[in-house]
Formats: sequence, C-alpha cells, structure tokens
Amino acid sequence: MKPAPFAFAQPDDLAGLLLALGEHGEDARILAGGQSLVPLMNLRMVQPAMLISLNRVDALDFVDVEDDRIVIGARVRQAQAEEDEAVRRHCPLLADALSFVGGQSNRNRGTVCGSLAHGDPLGEPPAAALALDAEMRIVGPHGRRTVPASQFFLGALETVIAADEMLEAVAVERTRGDERSCFLEVGNRAHGFAVAGLALRLRFDAAGTVTLARVAMIGAGDTARRIAGAETALTGRALDEAAIAEAVAHARTEVDPPSDVHADAGHRRHVLGVLLDRGLRRLAEGDDA
Amino acid sequence: MIEKLDITLIVNGRERHARVEPRRLLADVLRHELGLKGTHIGCEHGVCGACTVLLDGRSARSCLHFAVAVDGAEITTVEGLGGGDELTPIQQAFHRNHALQCGYCTPGMLVTVQEFLAREPDPDDAAIRRALSNNICRCTGYANIVAAVREAARALREAGT
Repeated sequence: MKPAPFAFAQPDDLAGLLLALGEHGEDARILAGGQSLVPLMNLRMVQPAMLISLNRVDALDFVDVEDDRIVIGARVRQAQAEEDEAVRRHCPLLADALSFVGGQSNRNRGTVCGSLAHGDPLGEPPAAALALDAEMRIVGPHGRRTVPASQFFLGALETVIAADEMLEAVAVERTRGDERSCFLEVGNRAHGFAVAGLALRLRFDAAGTVTLARVAMIGAGDTARRIAGAETALTGRALDEAAIAEAVAHARTEVDPPSDVHADAGHRRHVLGVLLDRGLRRLAEGDDA
Repeated sequence: MIEKLDITLIVNGRERHARVEPRRLLADVLRHELGLKGTHIGCEHGVCGACTVLLDGRSARSCLHFAVAVDGAEITTVEGLGGGDELTPIQQAFHRNHALQCGYCTPGMLVTVQEFLAREPDPDDAAIRRALSNNICRCTGYANIVAAVREAARALREAGT
C-alpha cells in the first residue's frame, strides 16, 4: 500500500526541528531512518499529518566518548554505530545487539535513537539500553531532560517522550574491565522479528563474586524489560550452577510474554529461560561479546 | 492539498529531477517518474528486499524511503550495476548458476550481493545465507543463489577487484 498524504519539513538544525515539533507536535512524527515508521505508514497503521526529518541536522551525527559513557546522537545509523571503533571497544554489548537488528539494508538506514524512541517491544536496542543503564537525553521546546532507560519505556510503541520532544542522544555506560556481556536472540528466521532476546551484563570482583547484574529481555512483556528477580538472584555470589539455576527459575516466573504470530507465551517463557542459561554459562566461561 | 516538492537525485551517475508529493516512495519515483523498472516492488513494508538499491553507496530499501527525504542522494539501481549491456561478475554468476527463475527478486539480490561482497570478499556459506536472509525468493531458488554468490566471490577475488 501507499502512505496517506502528509506535509514534510526537513530543517537544517536542531532549533528548526524543535520549532516544527512545537508547532505541529501532536500531529507530527520525527523521521530518522524510517525503518519502523515508514512500514507502518505504508500499511496506513500510522497516518501523521506531518513528517519532520532530522536527516539534514548534521549536529545529531556524533559518537562521543565521555568519562564513563558513550553518547550516540540521533542521526547515527545502526550500522554506523555497530562498525564504530569507539562503540566496539567501549561498548561491545551495544555493537553485538545492533548486529541482530533487521538486515544490513535496514541497519544502514535505521538509527539507534529512532529504534529507542519507537519502542518496539521486540526491538533489540531497547534491551541493550536497559542492560547498559542508558541515559535517554531528550530535548524539547523547554530544554533538555535526561531519563534513565529503566523509566523510559512505558508500553508497546510508547515512551516518555512528549509530542513536542525528541530523543537527541542516548548515553550508554562504558564497559569496564571487570565486566562481561553478551546479546543472544532466537527468531524464526535470521533478522526477522525476535521470538525472544537477552541483553546480559555482569560485573565481577577479583574473587569472582557478581557485583552487578543486568538482565534485560525482549519477548518478555509489552516492552523490553529488566528482570529484577534474576538480577537479585545473581548479585553478591559466585556465578555457579546454583546461581544460574536460580536466576533462570526467577526469570521464567517473572516474565509475562506476549502471544503473537511469531510465538506463543509458553514457548517464549521456555526460550527466555534457555537464553539466560546459555548467556550466563557463556559469561562464566569468559566467552563474552 | 499538499504541495509537491522538487527533488534532484543522482541516479546511476546521472542527475535526474522530479516533482513529487512528500508521500511518494523512492521506489515509485525510480519506476514511474524516472522509468527505471528494474527496481521491483514486492511487499512495500521492507520485508521482501525486491526494491533494494544502493543509497549513497550502502544498500537500502527504496520502499522505506520518501524521495523528498533523500533529495540530493546518489542512487544505484540494478540498471547501474553493469556498464550498459555488460554483465558484472555477480550477474554472470547468477546467469551461469540459474540463480533466478521468475526473476522478481533478482534486482534486490544483485544489489544486496554487490554490497556484501565488497565488504566480505571471501565469505563462507553461512555468511552468504545470513547476508541474503532479508531478501525473499518465492521460487525458493536459494541453493542456486548461494552457489552464484560463492562463484561470484571467487571470480571477483581472482580479478582482484
């Protein structure tokens, strides 16, 4: 199908974007890579009166390395971030997660921030953002605000971004030397929609005790979500058989997977447990991202 | 009534102009405004890969881009891969290996493989299958397509290009 008619603006700077958003916010959508939005428009499931493209705003095309964070601007394509030397070195979990997004041609155009702002419950970047304690840097007519990833996703395709705001950048934590992480996913075909996915990040002390655990899953609810019970079960002890079994049991109890055309809830619950078991064994063996 | 906009695209090395509604998809501009029917349209929501073109040198779904949003971009379609009637080594390999039946998916396959082999000149079969996993062939001629990509990779390596 073809999309419904809409008006189009493509300002050259952030001020222009914010002006257009302020004027048309409720009826407008930001166009970044369009790899999620345009299919919905072509199917007429979404019919914005106006599209505001950020593709001409060069100032949003940056990857910055801060003391303890990597900051990725709103125009950075997924493939660009996946291949970026700083991202690969300082945040391998994000590069790993991005490699599961769509196909090459989607990743060449889709943006990291666009995927986060879209908030697809089966998208990989939201899970990576949760596991990496990302700061979502939002900008609007009244200035900037930062929201932790854990408070950003409200539901399927729903985030805290207001109609006159946009996600300017995402700042993920830099991976430290005492951390291991990986991203695992099961789907019905490579690069199709995920059945279930896991972004896993663990921090260890010198004795091998887990000092920080982040377990973020997709296919486990109506947004990507952290599994608190599994994180608690893993923290403050060695990553041994008992810890793995306990974390998997907690995860299977806590998840609330959707049933859809890709998989039913029971299958997802089982697979999520398998992924967590597999991921934890990988990290226990030091075979991380 | 929404205003039409003037756009310029560099398509297969030539500057082309069109005046289009914002909702006009790049795939439709290529086919209808510019007469380049080699770019095929299958699903129109980014799943089948038939409409894949190179956009500023990287593969992209032309059904997932509004032409007005890529004003000024360089586009390579299947018509621009070879030089006129000359087939590229990838096209020759598809021909020799019967890597097409109805041919509907072929333009998207060729463009996808063009980018893939430039990035990965010596792929194994698993990498080839992964690279093609977002291009659907409903004749299910995948075995021959994989064989063609394998042969094209070898030919390109031997030619040193």
